[in-house]
This record gives sequence, C-alpha cells and structure tokens, in this order.
Amino acid sequence: MRLLALALAALVLAAPAAASENHPTQGELESELMCPICAGETLAQSTSAPAQRIKAYIGRRIAAGDTKSQIKDQLVVQWGQRILAAPPRHGFDLLAWALPLVGLLGGAGIMGLLAWRWTRVREPEPAPQQWALNGHPLEPDEERRLDEELARFDG
Amino acid sequence: MTVRLKLGAQALAVGLVIGLLALLIWKVAQGSQKEAAPGKPAPNFTLGRLDRPGSLQLSSLRGKAVVLNFWASWCYPCKREAPALQAASRRWGKQVVVLGVDVNDFRGDARGFMRKYGLTYAVVHDNKNVTSPKYGLTGLPETFFLDRHGRVVEHVPGEVKAAEIRSGVEKALRA
Repeated sequence: MRLLALALAALVLAAPAAASENHPTQGELESELMCPICAGETLAQSTSAPAQRIKAYIGRRIAAGDTKSQIKDQLVVQWGQRILAAPPRHGFDLLAWALPLVGLLGGAGIMGLLAWRWTRVREPEPAPQQWALNGHPLEPDEERRLDEELARFDG
Repeated sequence: MTVRLKLGAQALAVGLVIGLLALLIWKVAQGSQKEAAPGKPAPNFTLGRLDRPGSLQLSSLRGKAVVLNFWASWCYPCKREAPALQAASRRWGKQVVVLGVDVNDFRGDARGFMRKYGLTYAVVHDNKNVTSPKYGLTGLPETFFLDRHGRVVEHVPGEVKAAEIRSGVEKALRA
C-alpha cells in the first residue's frame, strides 16, 4: 500500500516536470538564465539590450517547439556556462549541489553528538562530610575540639 | 570534548576564515589589475572569426599597428563609430590592421551588423568573456591602439571619432 502511494506521488510530481521540459514558458526560462552583462541578474530581472535579444531568441525557440533543455544547451554553446542561473548537475559543478547538503548533514550530525554528550547522566557527586564548614571538611584538631564542646552541653 | 580537541577545532575554524579572506583579497586584487594599459603589451587571445572561417590570434598581427575595437550589435555608439573604423581600414590597410572584437552578442546579430555597415575588416567573436577581464572593459565600445610590437599606445573608452582614430594610428606607427 505504501509502495503504491509512493508510486502515485512520483507520478503526480513527474507530470508537471515533464510538461515544463517539453513545453517551457518564457518566464520559466528567463528566471533560469542570467543576463550576460549584468552582475547577478537573471534575464527576467534585466532590461539590458543583450538580455532583450536573448529573451527574443527564447521566444522564437519556444515557438519553434524546442524543449527547455534544447534551448538552454543552444544558449550555453553561444554564451558559455555563465548564462545558466544554476550550475549543471554533472562533473565538477556537481560539488556546488553536493557541498551544501554535506555541510547541512555534517552540521546536524555534530549538533546531535554535542546534544547527546551534554544530556548524558553524570555520576552522582559524593555526599559531603558530616562536619563540614562552608563545604570544606574540618581539620582533625578542629573536629576534636568541636566534639569536646558538644560533650560539655550534653553533660 | 577535551581541551586539546576544542583548541584544534577553534584553530581550524580560524585558519579556514583567514584562508577564505586571503582568497577574497587575492581575487579582488587580480580583478583590479587591468592588463591592457598604455605602455604594456596587449594581452594575447585567440578567438573564432566572424568574417571568415577559422580563428585569429592577436600576436599573429605583430609587425603591423592594430586598431583593436570592442563592440556589439546592440550598442548604439558602436553603430555611430562603425563607418569611421571601416574608413580607417581602407585608408591605412597596408600598415594598420583594424580588428573588431564582438562581445556579448549573437553571431547572427553581429554578422547582420557587419553587413549593414559594410565592415570588411577582420572581426572575431568573444561570447565567453575571454577578453573583457584582460582588457578591463567598462562598457562598449572601447578601442585600443597597438604598435608593431603589440604594445598598447592609446586607449579610447566610448565612441571613437575619426580624429581620434587618426591620432591613435599615428601614435602606433611612430612607436
């Protein structure tokens, strides 16, 4: 039953992804591609001349029926990897995806270990000695004098 | 956690921060050092040509003065200066090479620009940011004048006028 639910969930999620790949929208691609002359701006955010040219190119390719991957690949050939808003998920660039996850899991592991150590039950502390003054045990001489004084009261 | 382990972890964290800071400082210093400046050799490059098949290496032009012009088809001042550069190419063609570098442009748009303005001089295409950091481009167009030994003798940011081209070429030929 659980497997069936998982399979259904996968199908539900896969359908929109496939639709996006085969029939990409202008806005979708513009937000996944960078303006080549603007620092840190996507095409969607930029009104620069080269950004407008690339947007027009995307519009023509969508109208021609190209998939999202095809359009992105063609733009990478023309403009280089810098046109992509996110690094590709292969080769050395895979590190950009893997390292944050590794850091997150590693950090969670360290925090878990520290929390476990801090909450460990410690051994009970030894009971204080009977004749202690401010937590410090009496010297033998002081103890003997105290016993003598107390004996006078009892006497 | 033992004291030694704690100190080790702290030392590692501090070392990592210092290392990253050093990397940042180095990267910023690298970026601010423009290689192309008057008196210095022009940074070499090899780029694919737009005017014909094949590629062109800048150093192969030693022995002639070079007018190195960075432009793009979407750049308005580039359209205004194109006729002056074409005229210079025709006038000084035997002693001077006018070399256009089309940056951040579709090849088709660049070729359309070349046809529209009748550009017959050599043009190469840089869409992978090869030349921009080396020449410290702050905008388009920008023009560098190189002498016969490949040294930069003059730099004109912005639209280059006919008189500035003449002055730059004369300086490059005299050097």
